[in-house]
Amino acid sequence: MTEQMTGAQALVRALEHVGVDTVFGIPGGAILPAYDPLYDSTKVRHVLVRHEQGAGHAAQGYAQATGKVGVCMATSGPGATNLVTPIADAYMDSVPMVAITGQVASAAIGTDAFQEADISGITMPITKHNFLITDPNDIPRTIVEAFHIASTGRPGPVLVDIAKDALQAKMAFEWPVVMQLPGYRPVTRPHSKQIREAAKLIVEAGRPVLYVGGGVHRAGASAQLLEFAELTGIPVVTTLMARGTFPDSHPQHMGMPGMHGSVSAVGALQKADLIIGLGVRFDDRVTGDLSTFAPYAKIVHADIDPAEISKNRHADVPIVGDCKEVISDLITAVRGEGRKGDYAEWWTALNTYKATYPLGYTEFEDGSLAPQYVMERLGAIVGPDAIYTAGVGQHQMWAAQFIGYENPGTFINSGGAGTMGFSLPAAMGAKMGRPDTTVWAIDGDGCFQMTNQELATCTIEGVPIKVAIINNGNLGMVRQWQTLFYNERYSNTDLQTVRRIPDFVKLAEAYGCVGLRCERPEDVDATIKKAMEINDVPVVVDFVVHQDAMVWPMVAAGTSNDDIKFARDMAPVWDSED
Amino acid sequence: MSRHTLSVLVENKPGVLARVASLFSRRGFNIDSLAVGPTEHADISRMTIVVSVADLPLEQVTKQLNKLVNVLKIVELDPAQSVQRELTLIKVRADAENRSNVLELVNLFRARCVDVSSDAVTIEVTGTPDKLQAFIKVLEPFGIKELVQSGMVAIGRGARSITDRSLRALDRTA
Repeated sequence: MTEQMTGAQALVRALEHVGVDTVFGIPGGAILPAYDPLYDSTKVRHVLVRHEQGAGHAAQGYAQATGKVGVCMATSGPGATNLVTPIADAYMDSVPMVAITGQVASAAIGTDAFQEADISGITMPITKHNFLITDPNDIPRTIVEAFHIASTGRPGPVLVDIAKDALQAKMAFEWPVVMQLPGYRPVTRPHSKQIREAAKLIVEAGRPVLYVGGGVHRAGASAQLLEFAELTGIPVVTTLMARGTFPDSHPQHMGMPGMHGSVSAVGALQKADLIIGLGVRFDDRVTGDLSTFAPYAKIVHADIDPAEISKNRHADVPIVGDCKEVISDLITAVRGEGRKGDYAEWWTALNTYKATYPLGYTEFEDGSLAPQYVMERLGAIVGPDAIYTAGVGQHQMWAAQFIGYENPGTFINSGGAGTMGFSLPAAMGAKMGRPDTTVWAIDGDGCFQMTNQELATCTIEGVPIKVAIINNGNLGMVRQWQTLFYNERYSNTDLQTVRRIPDFVKLAEAYGCVGLRCERPEDVDATIKKAMEINDVPVVVDFVVHQDAMVWPMVAAGTSNDDIKFARDMAPVWDSED
Repeated sequence: MSRHTLSVLVENKPGVLARVASLFSRRGFNIDSLAVGPTEHADISRMTIVVSVADLPLEQVTKQLNKLVNVLKIVELDPAQSVQRELTLIKVRADAENRSNVLELVNLFRARCVDVSSDAVTIEVTGTPDKLQAFIKVLEPFGIKELVQSGMVAIGRGARSITDRSLRALDRTA
């Protein structure tokens, strides 16, 4: 049945039909026609943010907390370019997201019209796909295609740019629509021969490791992973993007690998004779110097994106497929082998690494606060059922290290892109997607000052997130590198936030939130508990921590994982066989 | 590093060339030659892309190309199993005195003279890059005033067609 309506009405109707319930955005000239029917929608809630970057990160947080596609909306020109950072972020971390932007009228495209920017051209290398619509009749089909592309295969951001005249013109709305994507055919079923090859290597290996990445969570395969790990008895490392996909408390969990990974996780990879990479991309932050990464290991690499396989490290057994299907098939195949690998000796070594080099930190003698202690207490008091978000830098690494994650999708952060300012708007989006879940945004004082305007959105829209600012007065991670690699020359990293410019408690109050401050270890528990008791408005806690705290362990950029230091100038002693 | 000829079937839609070209530049691959044009099917365009890369990066660029939603199919054409041609138009200095010498070379290379004026001739020649290079070399002494060259186009030998299956995919979604 066809119905006459405007392109804008068709857009809103299509969004309703594909199941959108929340859109984050800001109106403006070119997108204005879409905001009129949006005003009437009873199914789609539009959340008016304060900056388009906030809309994009909120959509990412919403998507990662719910598993659905996150949606953000902006006008042409600067509205659209302000979405570029979240789009790039979603691309790097494979977050399903659809960004809808208004474009100047089709006749004005290419004339440098007011608020014109070639956003489909700009976002070409950072979207999974994008569309420019100039014909209103293309709107419903394109929306369906955008959501299909964003959410299937390797998820990612899709941008739909719609010319203003296409939003205003009349069209004949028809539903359902048929997609026209002849070139889009993601492979999800793994090849059985490759699965058998992998199973054979697994039972024959002596020192295997499951290297688990964000793809396992995106595939919703944490239950299969647990079953597979327990069936085989293979140790597990979870990357920054996979924290929580395998329970931290599980005895087979070796920690997070990478630049700031635990000695046990990094050591397990370096000493392994078989690495089973699941939904990972052998990122430089995990491998360190690639030529010396896991020198003894054969590689089984499973990923839904064929381009990731053998991109950085050659895969001996490449498996293209959805991780849920891959792991399920591996379980069957390993059972079918009728024998089990003998990893007893391997576990003796691994348990030694774990016991000798646990994650740790030094407390400060002057009674000031260690940021790691704040994380430990936060994790202990708030517990593993909450969602934690983080931006980028030291606070992110401490949050990844010192909070125990037991459930998939409970740690949402900016991994690949490393976007400062991600945490707060992502927390807002996560909380809107899962209103019954406690959401803590862990943020640095640098990051927080990039996107804190969304606290206004949180207060007004009734989104009671909790923010823990790990305030060391500096761009801490950069400062740490200056300490270690630039002779302690602190060029432009001192934010002077310790002078209370701004005063985060007052700033919180100005936004209608509750502001709390904590400066001493003995006050940490009480402050967190107080924050947990407030559920009607957002809470911001200014944890003033010592500026000299550093993130350890560390593999310096470009060096080998073998040269990991668990504290400054302190290298672990590996077993005697080397 | 070796030269590879990729035939890329793409949807005939605006911006597809930009997507392909920007992918090559973003991933750090240099395009030696690129030709794009229609095929026997109105909805499909065909790009012939010549790249100089080692085998592993070639695999990576092919995989990345395949991820473009508008790309339907990629086939690498082996020079021995395909016909590969470029077209060149050359404007050469030639007056009444030496025109016949130029025309003799045109005949030897099975080229064609497409325009004549009192002091120049314009020549059209097709062939493999090697042949075109050789032809240009023998014309140089006369004085080349202007030269324009197309990208390489290539097609596999034998009865099989690379478009058949892609057409069926298009039909399914139409």
